[in-house]
Amino acid sequence: MAKAGLTLFDKIWNDHVVLEEEGAPPILYIDLHLTHEVTSPQAFQELRDRGLKVWNPKRNQATSDHCNPTRLGPDGTEHGSLIYADAQAKTQLLQQEKNCAEFGIDLYGLDHPARGVIHVFGPDMGLTQPGMTIVCGDSHTATHGAFGAIAFGIGTSEVGHVMATQCLLQRKPQTMRIQYVGTLPPGTDAKDLILYTIAKIGVGGGTGTAIEFSGEAVRKLSMEGRMTLCNMAIEAGARTGMVAPDETTFAYLKGKPFAPRGTAWDEAVAAWSKLKSDPDAVFDREVTIDLSEMGPMATYGTNPAMGIRIGRKIPANAEEAFPGARDDAAFRKALAYMGFRPGTRLGDYPIDQVFIGSCTNGRIEDLKAAAAVLAGRKIAESVRMIVVPGSGAVKRAAEASGLDRVFIEAGAEWREPGCSLCLSMNGDVVESGKLCVSTSNRNFEGRQGPGARTVLTSPATAAASAIRGFVTDPREFSGGAL
Amino acid sequence: MTGFKTLRSSVLFLPFDNIDTDQIIPARFLKTTAKSGFGEKAFHDWRYLPDGSLNPDFAMNREPGKSARILVTGDNFGCGSSREHAPWAIAQAGISVVIARSFADIFRSNSQKNGLLLIALDAEAHSALIKTIEADGSGILTVDLPAQRAEYGGLRLDFSIDAFYKMCLIEGIDDFGYLLKHADAIRAYEEKNGKL
Repeated sequence: MAKAGLTLFDKIWNDHVVLEEEGAPPILYIDLHLTHEVTSPQAFQELRDRGLKVWNPKRNQATSDHCNPTRLGPDGTEHGSLIYADAQAKTQLLQQEKNCAEFGIDLYGLDHPARGVIHVFGPDMGLTQPGMTIVCGDSHTATHGAFGAIAFGIGTSEVGHVMATQCLLQRKPQTMRIQYVGTLPPGTDAKDLILYTIAKIGVGGGTGTAIEFSGEAVRKLSMEGRMTLCNMAIEAGARTGMVAPDETTFAYLKGKPFAPRGTAWDEAVAAWSKLKSDPDAVFDREVTIDLSEMGPMATYGTNPAMGIRIGRKIPANAEEAFPGARDDAAFRKALAYMGFRPGTRLGDYPIDQVFIGSCTNGRIEDLKAAAAVLAGRKIAESVRMIVVPGSGAVKRAAEASGLDRVFIEAGAEWREPGCSLCLSMNGDVVESGKLCVSTSNRNFEGRQGPGARTVLTSPATAAASAIRGFVTDPREFSGGAL
Repeated sequence: MTGFKTLRSSVLFLPFDNIDTDQIIPARFLKTTAKSGFGEKAFHDWRYLPDGSLNPDFAMNREPGKSARILVTGDNFGCGSSREHAPWAIAQAGISVVIARSFADIFRSNSQKNGLLLIALDAEAHSALIKTIEADGSGILTVDLPAQRAEYGGLRLDFSIDAFYKMCLIEGIDDFGYLLKHADAIRAYEEKNGKL
């Protein structure tokens, strides 16, 4: 029998196995380690305690994103903004500067024009490239899989391992292909696609697997859309999500600061062009999802799989939401937390806040989509809206095309880059009991602040909801022309 | 890390699916550069009322859960973020074993690095354990790692576990030593593949 073909994941994985001993997981080489202030301090300390150096410093790149205030200080700088940070956040940010200097790691920190949310920053800089293995002490590292890389989140112990050896001990995950049938319906984007996907396969539907997204709908996505798609693979429990690289990928990367140049570029593109699953590749799991029934999506519960088409009724029980699921206490607990009654619609509930930003939806296309809905309109008086660009580069691009003015004139706040209300550890919070429509990735209890309630949507939906004051289908403002 | 072989303990029972890392340790408690002090914060927003007092209805605040070293929970435990503060918080709250239907991948990996024993039971065994504890949660659960067996209220549950992880837990060793032992192979890989 002829040997079966290889998946894209298999090819990259096999290229990075340094060695594998009987009875132990393989030693996997990591091409790029991205690091931020929150999950790294204990790892640097571990290296210090063990008398270790960083093995290959140029393969480690750092930025600050989780804890920084998203306002400039009175002196007009980000360092000056630390007067707004609590003592711990300030210590953590300054400690990162000391750690990176001591261990020889480049830090794109406060006041650096390229600083940004780490999964926006990496692609912005061209650090993220096809065929790489990429890790970061952050679960949304799967974002980088959009370039045809194996990218996954790790914990602080592994941050230490990769800094000390540029390797990790890793069991190989299973592979899963999600094949989309059809194209994105009008008024929807990559965020709706991933929310729809997670609602179909469940919050643990991808556990133990690396997902390859494929089909015409994926091919037609921009790089930014692909990043949004892969970003939330973790919300289905997957180790990573990936998309095979193509001309869209190469066009995005060309000319980026860390992208190869000249003949090296041509050689790289030739190698990257081979990175795709063989026609006879065998995946451990295959899932087909028909997009003809998809529409703009929003979540109604406290995990990202609890999502519905806007306008549909909130399910009465777990069985109605997830056929085959037992009606567990968690489902009822989620609706009770959200204050939503089964059988009602999301549009029945007034919203208090809107957040546009995060590693899921803080890129320039996301801001453009939101601005297209908001242009010439005002947000509802009862709504407070903040727009947080994903990086310095995104912020400058938005300002160059006047998007900041659109947001400000609509009544929103325009901020400095950071994770901000995605996980609310920088001082930006949603108050207890308030309902926030958010373009971020998690609607867990308390994610945006103790008692805060979160509805996840696309940027266009978030903007439309800000105008109306309740969850709103963005096609009401575009005639389906989005 | 110290070695793990057997444990007898009462049970902290949180029979919900999809308990995420923001419930285990909210993000606002991650702004520290230390690796300690997380035990008091474990399950913070369920464990404490808004005024900071203990929530008397939460299983961790009353026996048998209060002094338990074994947590029994539902499916997909530890989903969400990559924060290793989650297993730190659980371990520092005195829990040494978590028994669930399944675990999220990164949480599993992080727990393995911290000597926290995770036991994933198959659907039948998990369901039997949940029902037995629901009927009477006051018993003692016994875990025997070398034998890969858990016992509670007359139930005997065999579990499978990654052999390398089991060895690391019993011996109390970690990945650093293993990786550094292969430093020459790593350098040779870098030279051969143009990674320097």
